[in-house]
Amino acid sequence: MEDLYREVILDHYKNPRGHGVIEGADAQAEGLNPLCGDEVSIYVQFADDGETIDEVKFSGRGCAISQASTSMLMEMVQGRTATEIAELPKEDLLEEVGIPLTPIRLKCALLGLGVLKVALHRAKGTPLPEEWAGLDELDLK
Amino acid sequence: MAVTARPALDAQKLRADFPIFEQKIHGKPLAYLDSAASSQKPAQVLDALRDFYETSYANVHRGVYQLSERATEAYEGARETARAFVNAPAAREVIFTRSATESINLVAYAWGLDNLGPGDVVLVTELEHHSNFVPWQYIAKRTGADFRLLPIDDHGELQLEALDEHDGVKVVATNLVSNSLGTVNPVTKLAAWAHERGAIMVVDAAQGAPHHRVDVQELGCDFLAFSSHKLCGPSGVGALWGRAELLERMAPFNLGGHMIRSVKAEETTWGELPYKFEAGTMPIAEAVGFGAAMDYVSAVGVEAIADYESELAAYALERLAEVGGVITYGPPPERRAGIVSFNVEGIHPHDVAQVLDSEGVAIRAGHHCCQPLMKRLGVAATNRASFYLYTVPEEIDRLAEGLHKARKILG
Repeated sequence: MEDLYREVILDHYKNPRGHGVIEGADAQAEGLNPLCGDEVSIYVQFADDGETIDEVKFSGRGCAISQASTSMLMEMVQGRTATEIAELPKEDLLEEVGIPLTPIRLKCALLGLGVLKVALHRAKGTPLPEEWAGLDELDLK
Repeated sequence: MAVTARPALDAQKLRADFPIFEQKIHGKPLAYLDSAASSQKPAQVLDALRDFYETSYANVHRGVYQLSERATEAYEGARETARAFVNAPAAREVIFTRSATESINLVAYAWGLDNLGPGDVVLVTELEHHSNFVPWQYIAKRTGADFRLLPIDDHGELQLEALDEHDGVKVVATNLVSNSLGTVNPVTKLAAWAHERGAIMVVDAAQGAPHHRVDVQELGCDFLAFSSHKLCGPSGVGALWGRAELLERMAPFNLGGHMIRSVKAEETTWGELPYKFEAGTMPIAEAVGFGAAMDYVSAVGVEAIADYESELAAYALERLAEVGGVITYGPPPERRAGIVSFNVEGIHPHDVAQVLDSEGVAIRAGHHCCQPLMKRLGVAATNRASFYLYTVPEEIDRLAEGLHKARKILG
């Protein structure tokens, strides 16, 4: 328990990094976890090369795990390219999150990464692994 | 008239019937506060299942050998138990199904497809579980009928005055007890209103039957669905009661073996009630276990259960109010079953449930298969603690303590 809500998770949950909205973002997507109603929107602004992530923000609501992992994701992807992120294995983020997760909570922890991959897929045509394809088909509003 | 006091329920004593409570969760005794999702099973039911498999199991209705006769007797005995449990006029009106959900689908398809069309209205309440919402929405769309919602007020109680806004109503569908808020709905009034307009009244008693006395004749409904797993019985079996005159006029739902009278290449004719609706090999042992569960619940006394749970709900509301920052939903305790839905300000239900789990307290967090209701409440999800005949007040104390801890960690 104390493992699950360890200090770094609570810190990201209570002080999320990159929380906000980018108006007119180059890439954007939103996703929903139908199990718990968590919603995450992600906004990406590219640098002049059109490939490097210059600025990235997220908004939405959700549990501590989804909020903290998305906040950590924002720090991880800053300055990296769309292609790199498209290829980023989910294990890299889970390692960063660093807590044991049950299958249900895994979905919370990976929601932000899925939404980011969908945003890049839509804007840059980067490949979208099958496991995230469902998020791309989601019609939220 | 003499007033007879109802025998009180001794939850501490009943608890000993449930082997699951012998274990520890995260090193702590299990406080199981999710009985609205599914109930735990007493040894009496587990023994009945085992005994049936060990001594009487065979397929039913087919064999001429003794074992098959014995299995048939047990299976039909469970049907009679179910009849008595809901005070139905005849056992042939009781159909075994896979679940309460399947019972409602049976009505929606077998009655709805032949009796609904453009201009007709299907009215379901805003409180419905998806099981009594989605089938009607789907069948209404298939037949061109209008699908409408009867709204609730801010306490989660039906706004009956809104009924008269609707003309052409052919189906009124409601739950007896809301699985999400615990609201006990005025089915008798709804049924009278429905019948004045020539509509049928369909009741989802999945949440009602385990906790409240159900009398289909007193309720005045036309169909009533309930299930075994929320009622101390095995999962995989449910029941539908329907008025014989309606069931007789309905086309079958599932087709196959056992539900026929005669099969020829040119034409097949249907069997008698209830077999017309029981195609294929049914969950035989589960039905027998369901019968044992109804016997168990009846021996405890459904009215005693309802009274006891109402006390637990009142106690839980009191304890939760003391925690601070807790918002509860639903009606006052006297009009509520043993269900308390709540949110802790600023803390997502998943996190609340996770912290409670570490304390051995099992509650539900989510939309409880009631997304339209969650939207009405203006929340994405809630926490839900729900009680049954084995719930003791100490478990509610542990819930309250767990909430203090959640607030300390995440608040």
